[in-house]
Amino acid sequence: MNQPLAITVAQKAGPKVTLGVGALVLAVLIALPLLHLLPADNVLHVSAYTLTLVGKILCYCIVALALDLVWGYAGLLSLGHGLFFALGGYAMGMYLSREAAGDGLPAFMSFLAWTELPWYWYGTSNFLWALCLVVLAPGLLALVFGFFAFRSRIKGVYFSIMTQALTFAGMLLFFRNETGFGGNNGFTGFTRILGFDITAQGTRAALFIATLALLVGSLYLGFKLARSKFGRVLTAVRDAENRLMFCGYDPRGYKLFIWVLSAVLCGLAGALYVPQVGIINPSEMSPTNSIEAAVWVALGGRGTLIGPLLGAGLVNGMKSWFTVAFPEYWLFALGALFIGVTLYLPKGVIGLLRKRGEQ
Amino acid sequence: MSSTANPELMLEPAFDPAGSGRDAIGASTAASQGLNIRHGTILTLEDINVSFDGFKALSNLCLYIGVGELRCIIGPNGAGKTTLMDVITGKTRPDNGVAYFGETLDLTRMSEVEIAQAGIGRKFQKPTVFEALSVFENLELAQKTSKTVWASLRARLSGEQRDRIDEVLATIKLDGSRQRPAGLLSHGQKQFLEIGMLLVQDPQLLLLDEPVAGMTDAETEFTAELFKSLARKHSLMVVEHDMGFVGSIADHVTVLHQGSVLAAGSLAQVQADERVIEVYLGR
Repeated sequence: MNQPLAITVAQKAGPKVTLGVGALVLAVLIALPLLHLLPADNVLHVSAYTLTLVGKILCYCIVALALDLVWGYAGLLSLGHGLFFALGGYAMGMYLSREAAGDGLPAFMSFLAWTELPWYWYGTSNFLWALCLVVLAPGLLALVFGFFAFRSRIKGVYFSIMTQALTFAGMLLFFRNETGFGGNNGFTGFTRILGFDITAQGTRAALFIATLALLVGSLYLGFKLARSKFGRVLTAVRDAENRLMFCGYDPRGYKLFIWVLSAVLCGLAGALYVPQVGIINPSEMSPTNSIEAAVWVALGGRGTLIGPLLGAGLVNGMKSWFTVAFPEYWLFALGALFIGVTLYLPKGVIGLLRKRGEQ
Repeated sequence: MSSTANPELMLEPAFDPAGSGRDAIGASTAASQGLNIRHGTILTLEDINVSFDGFKALSNLCLYIGVGELRCIIGPNGAGKTTLMDVITGKTRPDNGVAYFGETLDLTRMSEVEIAQAGIGRKFQKPTVFEALSVFENLELAQKTSKTVWASLRARLSGEQRDRIDEVLATIKLDGSRQRPAGLLSHGQKQFLEIGMLLVQDPQLLLLDEPVAGMTDAETEFTAELFKSLARKHSLMVVEHDMGFVGSIADHVTVLHQGSVLAAGSLAQVQADERVIEVYLGR
């Protein structure tokens, strides 16, 4: 509506192409789970491996999108988003472990010779309560952390370091057997979800569709927010927070809103990740995971919403190819990719595509 | 240095606050109705002390600004001009002293955001605009309206608000660049945009820190006209080094030196003052 003319012109040049490519990608993604349902000897059959891999990448895309909302728009670089992702995953994992254990205790508890459930496990056999936990655990943690961090006006690199420390602390906590989340093995050996066999074709397809729906929904929400006055205030927080305060805005509320929303999206992504991948353990909270998420966003182009999805897709696609083809060179390739993008594509992959569109 | 409130510094109201002219710029809304300016003084500072690690930035400073007045503050570097603005806008808390906005609002107990919402606008020394947003969007954000998260999520510009922004765009001569990102504006244009943001914010007291720095002569002249037209409807406090500019706008000048008021009066009066010449103008 109030877009700069230059951007409008640039978009006029390539909106059909962009929309066309987007629709094509979406169509392929919808087709994947359907093709998975075909019998295994059919030429068009999509293997469980491929479906799970793409489903996993879609979960990462949601994380990248969530991170872009806080980093690209509000300028808060979080290096701890893996924690929120893992918390959502653990909440879902608790439900899946209870489902697998039936009336008994989850396997790891019997192994530790525990006789009763810790208090925070109560109710986790109920799927709806588990879903509430998926939202509440990351949401409340983000709310409390964000409240104090933003009240104390912590920003920039200090904020990043604190988020990094937070996820590291979370990892150490979850590594302990006494914490009651399976120690360093985490949860695995899931069998059923809502009564359906978790490895059945139909279940896999449904989980994939749910992930895709969450991604599309998050993208829609992201665009809605970015184009509202709220989004413009966030951009203003990023660029000149003091000015904004003297305009009469309290930036704390704005930051807290987007921060909690972002954490909840990560939690939901984690909850969909766990049943597809079949395992959750504390290594998901390792600081490197969170840093990698920041790499996806930077690589794709921050503050664009679409860019981070490209970044997450590109890096993870390459990762799964490289780690099979040349396992020992993957980290070098990732490093080279990041240096290349930093040097030659300051606005990320999306910046390159937009430039092409303008020409 | 006299530290008690000097009655000579208190000005008669230059404008009748009971009159209806207050909303001549922008619609007057609820926030401004809470301000009690019965006695014709919009800003009262008495015996303000601020020290940073033993350095006294302001000492026993007393200053009164009348409703509708245009006050210029001058003083050599380090006199405490910016600290004074920081105290008024809540960025710095005074060690002691009294700071009232109108008759009832105690500035020492309000946050920066509350002070801004109460009706004190500030222009920074270095022009500060939202560079990634367009000129129009900058004004949209600054506009006087509810600024809660919820309000921003649902905000739609009304025709009236749009007209108001258009009007200000014309005033600051930026209607040709309304869709340009503010980061691409020239230095002078950014200064004007920031002034425009203050106009749509419609504060009752405007604090302007070196508003004409980096402006061309024509722009400076235009700014002087603009400020003179704003005075009476608004109260202005301008910190400026450009004596030509000060002379062209100010009825009253206050000279700060080492954190307190050294002299006050018309520009001619303070320029003739021995002490002022000694510390500042004589050089």
